[in-house]
Amino acid sequence: MCLKPIKTFVFTSAFLVFCSFNSFAEEKYTANECFEKLSRGTLKFNVALDNTIFKPVAKGYRALPVPIRKGSSNFVGNLRSLLTFSNNILQGDFKGATNTAGRFAVNTTVGILGIFDPATKMGFEKKSREDFGQTLGVWGADTGCYFVLPILGPTTARDAIGMIGNVFVDPVYQVTHNTETDMVVGNDNLQEHNYFYYKGVDAVDFRSKNIESIESLQNNSIDFYASVKSLYLQNRAQKISNAPIADKEQDDSDWEEIDNQ
Amino acid sequence: MKRIFISFLVVFIISFCQNIKAFAYSTDPEKFISEIIDEAKLILNSKDNKETKAEKLSIIALKTVDVKGIGYYTLGKKRKEITEDQMDKYNKVFESYFLKSFTSRLTDYSDPKISVLSAEKINEKYTIVKSMLVKTDKKPEVKIDWRIYTKNPENPLIRDLIIEGLSLARTQKEEFASILSSNNNDINVLFSKLEEFINK
Repeated sequence: MCLKPIKTFVFTSAFLVFCSFNSFAEEKYTANECFEKLSRGTLKFNVALDNTIFKPVAKGYRALPVPIRKGSSNFVGNLRSLLTFSNNILQGDFKGATNTAGRFAVNTTVGILGIFDPATKMGFEKKSREDFGQTLGVWGADTGCYFVLPILGPTTARDAIGMIGNVFVDPVYQVTHNTETDMVVGNDNLQEHNYFYYKGVDAVDFRSKNIESIESLQNNSIDFYASVKSLYLQNRAQKISNAPIADKEQDDSDWEEIDNQ
Repeated sequence: MKRIFISFLVVFIISFCQNIKAFAYSTDPEKFISEIIDEAKLILNSKDNKETKAEKLSIIALKTVDVKGIGYYTLGKKRKEITEDQMDKYNKVFESYFLKSFTSRLTDYSDPKISVLSAEKINEKYTIVKSMLVKTDKKPEVKIDWRIYTKNPENPLIRDLIIEGLSLARTQKEEFASILSSNNNDINVLFSKLEEFINK
Protein backbone atom coordinates (compact mmCIF):
# COMPACT_ATOMS: atom_id res chain seq x y z
CA MET A 1 0.00 0.00 0.00
CA CYS A 2 1.29 3.40 -0.95
CA LEU A 3 1.67 5.44 2.22
CA LYS A 4 2.66 8.73 0.61
CA PRO A 5 -0.86 10.19 0.15
CA ILE A 6 -1.79 9.16 3.71
CA LYS A 7 1.29 10.84 5.14
CA THR A 8 0.69 13.96 3.07
CA PHE A 9 -2.92 14.11 4.19
CA VAL A 10 -2.14 13.57 7.87
CA PHE A 11 0.54 16.26 7.88
CA THR A 12 -1.58 18.72 5.88
CA SER A 13 -4.63 18.26 8.07
CA ALA A 14 -2.48 18.41 11.20
CA PHE A 15 -1.12 21.75 9.96
CA LEU A 16 -4.63 23.07 9.20
CA VAL A 17 -5.90 21.88 12.54
CA PHE A 18 -3.09 23.48 14.48
CA CYS A 19 -3.79 26.76 12.66
CA SER A 20 -7.19 26.76 14.38
CA PHE A 21 -5.85 25.09 17.51
CA ASN A 22 -7.85 25.92 20.57
CA SER A 23 -5.85 24.42 23.38
CA PHE A 24 -7.82 22.80 26.19
CA ALA A 25 -11.01 24.28 24.81
CA GLU A 26 -14.21 22.70 26.06
CA GLU A 27 -16.00 20.95 23.19
CA LYS A 28 -18.89 23.17 22.10
CA TYR A 29 -22.52 22.15 21.79
CA THR A 30 -23.31 25.00 19.42
CA ALA A 31 -21.96 26.19 16.09
CA ASN A 32 -22.63 29.13 13.83
CA GLU A 33 -24.39 28.55 10.55
CA CYS A 34 -22.35 28.49 7.34
CA PHE A 35 -25.34 29.16 5.05
CA GLU A 36 -28.59 28.44 6.90
CA LYS A 37 -31.05 28.97 4.05
CA LEU A 38 -29.24 26.54 1.80
CA SER A 39 -28.84 24.04 4.65
CA ARG A 40 -32.57 24.20 5.45
CA GLY A 41 -33.31 23.54 1.78
CA THR A 42 -30.84 20.65 1.69
CA LEU A 43 -32.42 19.11 4.79
CA LYS A 44 -35.85 19.25 3.13
CA PHE A 45 -34.35 17.56 0.07
CA ASN A 46 -32.77 14.88 2.27
CA VAL A 47 -36.07 14.24 4.10
CA ALA A 48 -37.87 13.85 0.76
CA LEU A 49 -35.15 11.50 -0.47
CA ASP A 50 -35.32 9.57 2.78
CA ASN A 51 -39.11 9.18 2.53
CA THR A 52 -38.83 8.00 -1.06
CA ILE A 53 -35.80 5.73 -0.93
CA PHE A 54 -33.95 5.22 2.35
CA LYS A 55 -36.87 4.72 4.72
CA PRO A 56 -38.66 2.14 2.51
CA VAL A 57 -35.33 0.30 2.03
CA ALA A 58 -34.73 0.38 5.80
CA LYS A 59 -38.23 -0.99 6.40
CA GLY A 60 -37.58 -3.76 3.89
CA TYR A 61 -34.28 -4.55 5.58
CA ARG A 62 -36.07 -4.73 8.92
CA ALA A 63 -38.41 -7.35 7.50
CA LEU A 64 -35.46 -9.72 7.05
CA PRO A 65 -35.00 -12.48 9.65
CA VAL A 66 -33.18 -11.33 12.81
CA PRO A 67 -30.08 -13.57 12.31
CA ILE A 68 -29.50 -12.10 8.82
CA ARG A 69 -29.83 -8.52 10.07
CA LYS A 70 -27.67 -9.18 13.10
CA GLY A 71 -25.04 -10.95 11.02
CA SER A 72 -24.93 -8.11 8.46
CA SER A 73 -24.77 -5.51 11.22
CA ASN A 74 -21.92 -7.37 12.94
CA PHE A 75 -20.06 -7.90 9.64
CA VAL A 76 -20.06 -4.23 8.61
CA GLY A 77 -19.44 -3.19 12.22
CA ASN A 78 -16.35 -5.39 12.26
CA LEU A 79 -15.02 -3.81 9.05
CA ARG A 80 -15.86 -0.34 10.39
CA SER A 81 -13.76 -1.05 13.50
CA LEU A 82 -10.63 -0.74 11.33
CA LEU A 83 -11.35 2.97 10.90
CA THR A 84 -11.89 3.21 14.64
CA PHE A 85 -8.52 1.53 15.20
CA SER A 86 -6.68 4.07 12.98
CA ASN A 87 -8.31 6.91 14.87
CA ASN A 88 -7.64 5.34 18.28
CA ILE A 89 -3.96 5.46 17.35
CA LEU A 90 -4.13 9.02 15.96
CA GLN A 91 -5.84 10.15 19.17
CA GLY A 92 -3.16 8.52 21.29
CA ASP A 93 -5.77 6.20 22.81
CA PHE A 94 -3.63 3.06 22.89
CA LYS A 95 -5.87 1.28 25.40
CA GLY A 96 -8.80 1.82 23.04
CA ALA A 97 -6.68 0.68 20.09
CA THR A 98 -5.78 -2.57 21.90
CA ASN A 99 -9.44 -3.22 22.64
CA THR A 100 -10.47 -2.48 19.02
CA ALA A 101 -7.68 -4.67 17.61
CA GLY A 102 -8.59 -7.48 20.02
CA ARG A 103 -12.24 -7.31 19.02
CA PHE A 104 -11.35 -7.34 15.32
CA ALA A 105 -8.97 -10.31 15.67
CA VAL A 106 -11.44 -12.40 17.67
CA ASN A 107 -14.52 -11.55 15.63
CA THR A 108 -12.78 -12.04 12.28
CA THR A 109 -11.50 -15.49 13.24
CA VAL A 110 -13.72 -17.08 15.90
CA GLY A 111 -16.66 -14.92 14.83
CA ILE A 112 -16.36 -16.05 11.18
CA LEU A 113 -15.42 -12.84 9.33
CA GLY A 114 -17.23 -10.75 11.91
CA ILE A 115 -20.69 -12.27 11.43
CA PHE A 116 -20.77 -13.20 15.13
CA ASP A 117 -19.54 -11.20 18.08
CA PRO A 118 -17.77 -13.55 20.51
CA ALA A 119 -15.36 -10.73 21.47
CA THR A 120 -17.92 -9.02 23.71
CA LYS A 121 -18.42 -12.25 25.67
CA MET A 122 -14.64 -12.57 25.98
CA GLY A 123 -14.40 -9.18 27.66
CA PHE A 124 -13.53 -6.90 24.70
CA GLU A 125 -15.97 -4.12 25.33
CA LYS A 126 -18.02 -2.76 22.41
CA LYS A 127 -17.14 0.92 22.38
CA SER A 128 -18.35 3.83 20.32
CA ARG A 129 -17.01 4.35 16.79
CA GLU A 130 -14.25 6.82 16.09
CA ASP A 131 -13.68 8.80 12.91
CA PHE A 132 -11.23 11.40 11.68
CA GLY A 133 -13.59 14.29 12.53
CA GLN A 134 -13.46 13.13 16.16
CA THR A 135 -9.70 12.86 15.94
CA LEU A 136 -9.49 16.47 14.75
CA GLY A 137 -11.72 17.40 17.72
CA VAL A 138 -9.45 15.53 20.13
CA TRP A 139 -6.46 17.37 18.65
CA GLY A 140 -8.23 20.63 19.52
CA ALA A 141 -9.64 21.72 16.15
CA ASP A 142 -12.53 24.11 16.42
CA THR A 143 -15.97 22.84 15.32
CA GLY A 144 -16.27 25.42 12.55
CA CYS A 145 -19.61 26.35 11.07
CA TYR A 146 -22.57 24.01 10.65
CA PHE A 147 -24.20 22.97 7.39
CA VAL A 148 -26.14 20.13 5.78
CA LEU A 149 -24.79 18.05 2.91
CA PRO A 150 -27.01 16.39 0.33
CA ILE A 151 -27.53 12.69 1.22
CA LEU A 152 -24.73 12.68 3.82
CA GLY A 153 -26.68 14.95 6.20
CA PRO A 154 -25.60 17.35 8.96
CA THR A 155 -21.95 18.22 9.42
CA THR A 156 -19.56 20.98 10.42
CA ALA A 157 -16.50 22.39 8.69
CA ARG A 158 -14.28 20.20 10.90
CA ASP A 159 -16.35 17.06 10.35
CA ALA A 160 -16.44 17.64 6.59
CA ILE A 161 -12.63 17.67 6.57
CA GLY A 162 -12.87 14.58 8.76
CA MET A 163 -15.02 12.81 6.16
CA ILE A 164 -12.31 13.35 3.56
CA GLY A 165 -9.70 12.28 6.09
CA ASN A 166 -11.56 9.03 6.74
CA VAL A 167 -10.78 7.96 3.21
CA PHE A 168 -7.05 8.23 3.89
CA VAL A 169 -7.03 6.50 7.27
CA ASP A 170 -9.65 3.81 6.58
CA PRO A 171 -7.85 0.52 5.82
CA VAL A 172 -10.98 -0.84 4.10
CA TYR A 173 -10.99 2.08 1.65
CA GLN A 174 -7.27 1.75 1.05
CA VAL A 175 -7.45 -1.99 0.41
CA THR A 176 -10.46 -1.78 -1.92
CA HIS A 177 -9.07 1.18 -3.86
CA ASN A 178 -5.56 -0.06 -4.34
CA THR A 179 -4.91 -2.06 -7.48
CA GLU A 180 -1.66 -3.45 -6.06
CA THR A 181 -3.63 -5.32 -3.37
CA ASP A 182 -5.94 -6.85 -5.98
CA MET A 183 -2.92 -8.28 -7.74
CA VAL A 184 -1.45 -9.66 -4.55
CA VAL A 185 -4.67 -11.22 -3.28
CA GLY A 186 -5.70 -12.22 -6.76
CA ASN A 187 -9.48 -12.03 -6.55
CA ASP A 188 -12.33 -9.60 -7.10
CA ASN A 189 -13.43 -9.32 -3.46
CA LEU A 190 -11.37 -6.24 -2.90
CA GLN A 191 -12.69 -4.18 -5.77
CA GLU A 192 -13.83 -0.59 -5.26
CA HIS A 193 -17.58 -1.25 -5.47
CA ASN A 194 -17.36 -3.52 -2.42
CA TYR A 195 -16.41 -0.50 -0.35
CA PHE A 196 -19.66 1.19 -1.39
CA TYR A 197 -21.69 -1.97 -0.68
CA TYR A 198 -20.21 -2.02 2.81
CA LYS A 199 -20.98 1.68 3.34
CA GLY A 200 -24.51 1.18 1.96
CA VAL A 201 -25.30 -1.75 4.26
CA ASP A 202 -23.93 0.21 7.22
CA ALA A 203 -26.21 3.16 6.38
CA VAL A 204 -29.30 0.99 5.88
CA ASP A 205 -28.59 -0.85 9.14
CA PHE A 206 -28.36 2.48 11.01
CA ARG A 207 -31.55 3.80 9.38
CA SER A 208 -33.50 0.62 10.19
CA LYS A 209 -32.56 0.91 13.86
CA ASN A 210 -33.83 4.49 14.00
CA ILE A 211 -37.12 4.42 12.08
CA GLU A 212 -39.31 5.26 15.09
CA SER A 213 -36.94 7.71 16.75
CA ILE A 214 -36.56 9.82 13.59
CA GLU A 215 -40.32 9.69 12.98
CA SER A 216 -40.97 10.79 16.57
CA LEU A 217 -38.50 13.66 16.20
CA GLN A 218 -40.17 14.80 12.98
CA ASN A 219 -43.64 14.66 14.56
CA ASN A 220 -42.69 16.40 17.78
CA SER A 221 -40.42 19.18 16.57
CA ILE A 222 -41.65 22.68 15.95
CA ASP A 223 -38.39 23.38 14.09
CA PHE A 224 -37.03 20.07 12.80
CA TYR A 225 -33.92 21.70 11.34
CA ALA A 226 -32.95 23.18 14.74
CA SER A 227 -33.61 19.85 16.51
CA VAL A 228 -31.39 17.95 14.08
CA LYS A 229 -28.65 20.55 14.45
CA SER A 230 -28.78 20.44 18.25
CA LEU A 231 -28.78 16.64 18.38
CA TYR A 232 -25.95 16.38 15.86
CA LEU A 233 -23.72 18.82 17.75
CA GLN A 234 -24.46 17.23 21.13
CA ASN A 235 -23.71 13.80 19.70
CA ARG A 236 -20.40 14.92 18.21
CA ALA A 237 -19.41 16.73 21.41
CA GLN A 238 -20.01 13.67 23.58
CA LYS A 239 -18.22 11.40 21.10
CA ILE A 240 -15.16 13.63 21.09
CA SER A 241 -15.02 13.90 24.87
CA ASN A 242 -16.07 10.24 25.22
CA ALA A 243 -18.43 11.23 28.03
CA PRO A 244 -22.18 11.70 27.96
CA ILE A 245 -23.58 15.12 28.80
CA ALA A 246 -25.14 13.79 31.98
CA ASP A 247 -21.74 12.85 33.40
CA LYS A 248 -20.33 16.31 32.89
CA GLU A 249 -20.69 19.48 34.86
CA GLN A 250 -22.40 21.15 31.93
CA ASP A 251 -22.88 24.87 31.53
CA ASP A 252 -25.96 25.18 33.67
CA SER A 253 -25.99 28.95 34.03
CA ASP A 254 -29.61 29.12 32.88
CA TRP A 255 -30.66 26.47 35.37
CA GLU A 256 -28.70 28.29 38.07
CA GLU A 257 -30.57 31.51 37.38
CA ILE A 258 -33.90 29.72 37.54
CA ASP A 259 -32.93 28.11 40.84
CA ASN A 260 -32.06 31.48 42.33
CA GLN A 261 -35.29 33.16 41.20
CA MET B 1 -77.21 14.59 63.09
CA LYS B 2 -74.12 16.51 64.13
CA ARG B 3 -72.40 13.27 65.15
CA ILE B 4 -73.13 11.67 61.79
CA PHE B 5 -71.78 14.74 60.02
CA ILE B 6 -68.58 14.72 62.13
CA SER B 7 -68.00 11.01 61.58
CA PHE B 8 -68.49 11.50 57.82
CA LEU B 9 -66.04 14.36 57.93
CA VAL B 10 -63.48 12.26 59.82
CA VAL B 11 -63.87 9.36 57.40
CA PHE B 12 -63.53 11.77 54.46
CA ILE B 13 -60.38 13.40 55.88
CA ILE B 14 -58.76 10.02 56.63
CA SER B 15 -59.53 8.63 53.18
CA PHE B 16 -58.33 11.87 51.56
CA CYS B 17 -55.05 11.65 53.46
CA GLN B 18 -54.67 8.00 52.45
CA ASN B 19 -55.26 8.94 48.83
CA ILE B 20 -52.60 11.61 49.02
CA LYS B 21 -50.22 9.08 50.50
CA ALA B 22 -51.09 6.57 47.80
CA PHE B 23 -50.19 9.13 45.14
CA ALA B 24 -46.96 10.27 46.78
CA TYR B 25 -43.79 9.11 45.06
CA SER B 26 -40.65 7.97 46.82
CA THR B 27 -38.11 10.64 47.72
CA ASP B 28 -35.27 8.30 46.75
CA PRO B 29 -34.45 9.28 43.12
CA GLU B 30 -33.93 5.71 41.93
CA LYS B 31 -37.19 4.47 43.44
CA PHE B 32 -38.90 7.67 42.28
CA ILE B 33 -38.07 6.86 38.65
CA SER B 34 -38.94 3.15 39.08
CA GLU B 35 -42.36 4.10 40.41
CA ILE B 36 -43.01 6.52 37.55
CA ILE B 37 -41.96 3.89 34.99
CA ASP B 38 -44.20 1.27 36.59
CA GLU B 39 -47.16 3.63 36.63
CA ALA B 40 -46.56 4.70 33.02
CA LYS B 41 -46.22 1.04 31.94
CA LEU B 42 -49.63 0.22 33.46
CA ILE B 43 -51.18 3.05 31.47
CA LEU B 44 -49.40 2.20 28.23
CA ASN B 45 -50.30 -1.51 28.52
CA SER B 46 -53.95 -0.77 29.33
CA LYS B 47 -56.75 -1.05 26.77
CA ASP B 48 -57.50 2.67 27.01
CA ASN B 49 -57.52 4.66 23.82
CA LYS B 50 -54.64 6.98 22.94
CA GLU B 51 -56.39 10.11 24.27
CA THR B 52 -57.18 8.55 27.66
CA LYS B 53 -53.62 7.26 27.93
CA ALA B 54 -52.33 10.75 27.13
CA GLU B 55 -54.57 12.29 29.82
CA LYS B 56 -53.37 9.82 32.46
CA LEU B 57 -49.72 10.31 31.47
CA SER B 58 -50.19 14.08 31.67
CA ILE B 59 -51.32 13.73 35.29
CA ILE B 60 -48.13 11.81 36.12
CA ALA B 61 -46.01 14.38 34.27
CA LEU B 62 -47.53 17.31 36.13
CA LYS B 63 -46.70 15.65 39.45
CA THR B 64 -43.20 14.50 38.65
CA VAL B 65 -41.71 16.87 36.06
CA ASP B 66 -40.61 20.44 36.74
CA VAL B 67 -42.58 21.70 33.75
CA LYS B 68 -42.33 25.36 34.77
CA GLY B 69 -38.58 25.09 35.33
CA ILE B 70 -38.04 23.40 31.96
CA GLY B 71 -40.18 26.13 30.38
CA TYR B 72 -37.95 28.84 31.85
CA TYR B 73 -34.82 26.97 30.82
CA THR B 74 -35.95 26.43 27.23
CA LEU B 75 -36.85 30.10 26.84
CA GLY B 76 -33.25 31.02 27.71
CA LYS B 77 -32.27 34.66 28.02
CA LYS B 78 -35.49 35.75 26.31
CA ARG B 79 -37.38 35.32 29.57
CA LYS B 80 -35.69 38.45 30.92
CA GLU B 81 -36.94 40.56 28.02
CA ILE B 82 -40.65 39.74 28.01
CA THR B 83 -43.47 41.30 30.06
CA GLU B 84 -45.21 39.58 32.96
CA ASP B 85 -48.33 38.99 30.84
CA GLN B 86 -46.24 37.41 28.10
CA MET B 87 -44.54 35.25 30.72
CA ASP B 88 -47.91 34.08 32.06
CA LYS B 89 -49.04 33.28 28.54
CA TYR B 90 -45.76 31.47 27.86
CA ASN B 91 -46.13 29.33 30.99
CA LYS B 92 -49.63 28.25 29.96
CA VAL B 93 -48.78 27.57 26.32
CA PHE B 94 -45.53 25.80 27.22
CA GLU B 95 -47.30 23.47 29.65
CA SER B 96 -49.82 22.40 26.99
CA TYR B 97 -47.04 22.04 24.42
CA PHE B 98 -44.85 20.03 26.79
CA LEU B 99 -47.64 17.66 27.79
CA LYS B 100 -48.68 17.02 24.20
CA SER B 101 -45.10 16.46 23.06
CA PHE B 102 -44.27 14.29 26.10
CA THR B 103 -47.36 12.08 25.87
CA SER B 104 -47.22 11.65 22.11
CA ARG B 105 -43.62 10.46 22.36
CA LEU B 106 -44.58 7.97 25.08
CA THR B 107 -47.78 6.64 23.53
CA ASP B 108 -45.67 5.45 20.58
CA TYR B 109 -44.42 2.74 22.90
CA SER B 110 -47.05 0.09 23.62
CA ASP B 111 -45.00 -2.12 25.91
CA PRO B 112 -41.77 -0.42 26.93
CA LYS B 113 -39.35 -2.45 29.02
CA ILE B 114 -37.18 -0.04 30.95
CA SER B 115 -34.76 -1.20 33.62
CA VAL B 116 -33.53 1.28 36.19
CA LEU B 117 -29.82 0.59 36.65
CA SER B 118 -28.32 3.03 39.14
CA ALA B 119 -28.35 6.55 40.54
CA GLU B 120 -25.48 8.99 40.89
CA LYS B 121 -25.63 12.20 42.87
CA ILE B 122 -23.61 14.67 40.77
CA ASN B 123 -24.03 17.63 43.13
CA GLU B 124 -26.33 18.99 45.83
CA LYS B 125 -29.02 19.83 43.29
CA TYR B 126 -28.92 16.98 40.83
CA THR B 127 -28.98 13.21 40.78
CA ILE B 128 -28.71 11.27 37.54
CA VAL B 129 -30.74 8.07 37.43
CA LYS B 130 -29.48 5.72 34.74
CA SER B 131 -31.88 3.40 32.98
CA MET B 132 -32.03 1.29 29.85
CA LEU B 133 -34.80 0.72 27.34
CA VAL B 134 -34.35 -2.98 26.64
CA LYS B 135 -33.64 -3.88 23.01
CA THR B 136 -36.16 -5.69 20.87
CA ASP B 137 -35.86 -7.45 17.50
CA LYS B 138 -36.49 -4.13 15.79
CA LYS B 139 -34.90 -1.54 18.04
CA PRO B 140 -31.50 -1.40 19.70
CA GLU B 141 -31.19 -0.82 23.43
CA VAL B 142 -31.38 2.83 24.42
CA LYS B 143 -29.68 4.43 27.41
CA ILE B 144 -31.97 6.87 29.17
CA ASP B 145 -30.63 9.09 31.95
CA TRP B 146 -33.05 11.08 34.09
CA ARG B 147 -31.75 14.36 35.45
CA ILE B 148 -33.51 14.75 38.78
CA TYR B 149 -33.62 18.07 40.60
CA THR B 150 -33.13 17.21 44.25
CA LYS B 151 -32.64 20.62 45.84
CA ASN B 152 -35.73 19.84 47.89
CA PRO B 153 -35.03 16.19 48.76
CA GLU B 154 -38.66 15.71 49.84
CA ASN B 155 -39.92 16.62 46.39
CA PRO B 156 -37.67 15.32 43.60
CA LEU B 157 -38.58 16.53 40.12
CA ILE B 158 -37.48 15.48 36.64
CA ARG B 159 -35.74 18.26 34.75
CA ASP B 160 -34.30 16.51 31.74
CA LEU B 161 -34.18 13.25 29.85
CA ILE B 162 -30.83 12.38 28.34
CA ILE B 163 -31.31 9.78 25.64
CA GLU B 164 -28.07 8.15 24.47
CA GLY B 165 -26.25 11.18 25.84
CA LEU B 166 -28.48 13.72 24.10
CA SER B 167 -30.35 16.18 26.27
CA LEU B 168 -34.00 16.76 25.35
CA ALA B 169 -34.16 20.02 27.35
CA ARG B 170 -31.13 21.40 25.55
CA THR B 171 -32.55 20.34 22.16
CA GLN B 172 -35.83 22.08 22.94
CA LYS B 173 -34.01 25.18 24.13
CA GLU B 174 -32.05 25.39 20.88
CA GLU B 175 -35.23 24.80 18.89
CA PHE B 176 -36.92 27.76 20.59
CA ALA B 177 -33.80 29.93 20.18
CA SER B 178 -33.73 29.13 16.46
CA ILE B 179 -37.40 30.13 16.02
CA LEU B 180 -36.80 33.39 17.88
CA SER B 181 -33.61 34.28 16.06
CA SER B 182 -35.08 33.67 12.62
CA ASN B 183 -38.16 35.79 13.46
CA ASN B 184 -36.66 39.04 14.78
CA ASN B 185 -36.76 37.70 18.34
CA ASP B 186 -40.56 38.03 18.34
CA ILE B 187 -42.08 36.02 21.19
CA ASN B 188 -45.48 36.06 19.44
CA VAL B 189 -44.08 33.92 16.62
CA LEU B 190 -42.97 31.36 19.22
CA PHE B 191 -46.47 31.45 20.77
CA SER B 192 -48.11 30.82 17.41
CA LYS B 193 -45.70 27.95 16.59
CA LEU B 194 -46.44 26.34 19.95
CA GLU B 195 -50.20 26.84 19.55
CA GLU B 196 -50.00 25.37 16.05
CA PHE B 197 -48.35 22.26 17.50
CA ILE B 198 -50.91 21.99 20.32
CA ASN B 199 -53.84 22.22 17.90
CA LYS B 200 -52.54 19.89 15.21
